Amino acid sequence: MKLSREEVLHIALLARLGLTDAEVDKLREQLSNILENFEILQQVDTSGIPPTAQSIPLQNVVKDDEVTPSLPSNEILANAPRKDGEYFRVKAVLE
Amino acid sequence: MMLSQLTIHEAHRLLKTKQLSSVELTKASLERIRQVEPKVRALVTITDELALKQAQKADELIASGDINPLTGIPMVIKDNMCTKGIPTTCSSKMLENFVPPYNATVVEKLNDCGVVMVGKANMDEFAMGSSNEHSAFFPTHNPWDLSRVPGGSSGGSATAVAAGEAIYALGSDTGGSIRQPAGFCSVTGLKPTYGRVSRYGLVAFASSLDQIGPLTQDVADCALVLNAIAGYDGRDSTSVPEPTPDYTQCLTTDLNGLRIGIPKEYFVEGMQTEVAVAIRAAIGKLEELGARVEWEVSLPHTPYALAAYYIIAPSEASANLARYDGVKYGFSYQDTKNMWEALEKTRQYGFGDEVKRRIMLGTYALSAGYYDAWYLKAQKVRTLIRQEFDQAFTQFDALVTPTSPTVPFKIGEKIDDPLQMYLSDVCTLPINIAGLPGISIPAGFANGLPIGMQIIGKPFSEETILKIAHAYQQATDWHKRRPNI
Repeated sequence: MKLSREEVLHIALLARLGLTDAEVDKLREQLSNILENFEILQQVDTSGIPPTAQSIPLQNVVKDDEVTPSLPSNEILANAPRKDGEYFRVKAVLE
Repeated sequence: MMLSQLTIHEAHRLLKTKQLSSVELTKASLERIRQVEPKVRALVTITDELALKQAQKADELIASGDINPLTGIPMVIKDNMCTKGIPTTCSSKMLENFVPPYNATVVEKLNDCGVVMVGKANMDEFAMGSSNEHSAFFPTHNPWDLSRVPGGSSGGSATAVAAGEAIYALGSDTGGSIRQPAGFCSVTGLKPTYGRVSRYGLVAFASSLDQIGPLTQDVADCALVLNAIAGYDGRDSTSVPEPTPDYTQCLTTDLNGLRIGIPKEYFVEGMQTEVAVAIRAAIGKLEELGARVEWEVSLPHTPYALAAYYIIAPSEASANLARYDGVKYGFSYQDTKNMWEALEKTRQYGFGDEVKRRIMLGTYALSAGYYDAWYLKAQKVRTLIRQEFDQAFTQFDALVTPTSPTVPFKIGEKIDDPLQMYLSDVCTLPINIAGLPGISIPAGFANGLPIGMQIIGKPFSEETILKIAHAYQQATDWHKRRPNI
């Protein structure tokens, strides 16, 4: 099984990951090789076996809806690449 | 012996009896960092000013009689745990300038003990890697042989302890990232049961697998650090409300009646003969100490664990790392017209090769048309692996394996072959899949290069594996050897 260039570009789009042409070629080779080796998983009989998402027996963890102090917004915004007053600034979504 | 190579319990005794001050100890640690850091590159940030301030404060606490086992003792923290006001980079260009506005729970707990932090440790970018070569800044060098890797992803933490830069370290372990570098650097490294230590403030890689733990010079120290960091935390909904014992109470040397199984599948094809020989000898020692050893245990789904792990962990990573969008914090590529292009370029230039590879692999496994065949299939195999461990633990108190199939490899040897690199975790990652506790301890050397032994327990049985590891260290002195640098 070998991934096509189009498939690699499609996955990159889903992940919103820009790639150079050279990276696309390299990832196409490497991902194909990795997935080919991982086809070993298909040999395992998993009929009737439920999936495991996590390993601890906790379910539906809830806590009381109590108001607690939040971090001040200026401390949160201190790491923002671009800000405008109390807001994060982003590029135009629509042209 | 250098002051910064004391164990926690030795240093604590000297501090308590006023034969040594925390400032003296911290200065010794900082001096050692100045000496060896140019050779090993274990630290991303050296926090010398903070350390001296904390040391003075610790000395005041000690003078007032307020001392606990970690007070005044210098340590380093892997650079994926948030430290308020101190950069937390994950060794990534993406977070190079990120300064957290809050502390991780483990950092808060250690601060409450009056500890001294001398630095933040280098790592594989976002904890993805087994050699520290995937740090976006510089690779760390193994103190036993500078041309070799220290393991990863907590390679900086393991190196700092082995080289005597700090007395202990915190690391994180998603598929072996504490145990494999502990093995490669000949230190003691514990991955607690999933849910035992709060992950609040640990930068997420694969949330169902990540766990924080200590890297120390011996098992007694490991128990002391675990005492300080373990326990339920309301801010991490996956932390488990189980009681935490005093882990130093289990450190006896009598293994009589303990049943230990040796899963034969962990002596994999391609394992170096010297490693298998050393581990068999170490297991023989456990037998001498009174343990009942069953040499031919079978965990038949082990050969599928690597593939299941490398589908599940990248899938979770691809979702977790979606947050790096160049808007809220971190690297941001600005020279574009619209938002989508900014997002793609930010991630293109902010992430390194291994992180991109895993995001791509995980996105693929989760995408429409492939989800059932890859992600869901891997989750079902995960169930089988966990069931197999549960079954084994009805007969055994612990399982023992090599930590890694090889001794530390050369820098550059596996960097262009992701699958070969992934194989370095083949003995450690099944334990994360099942959420079990595991510890790696020094168990010998081959041509001067360290070999680690892994002891695996059932969920929340840290006491059992600490006890076995401690008994082994009382009967051997591998853990007392120090690299000559």
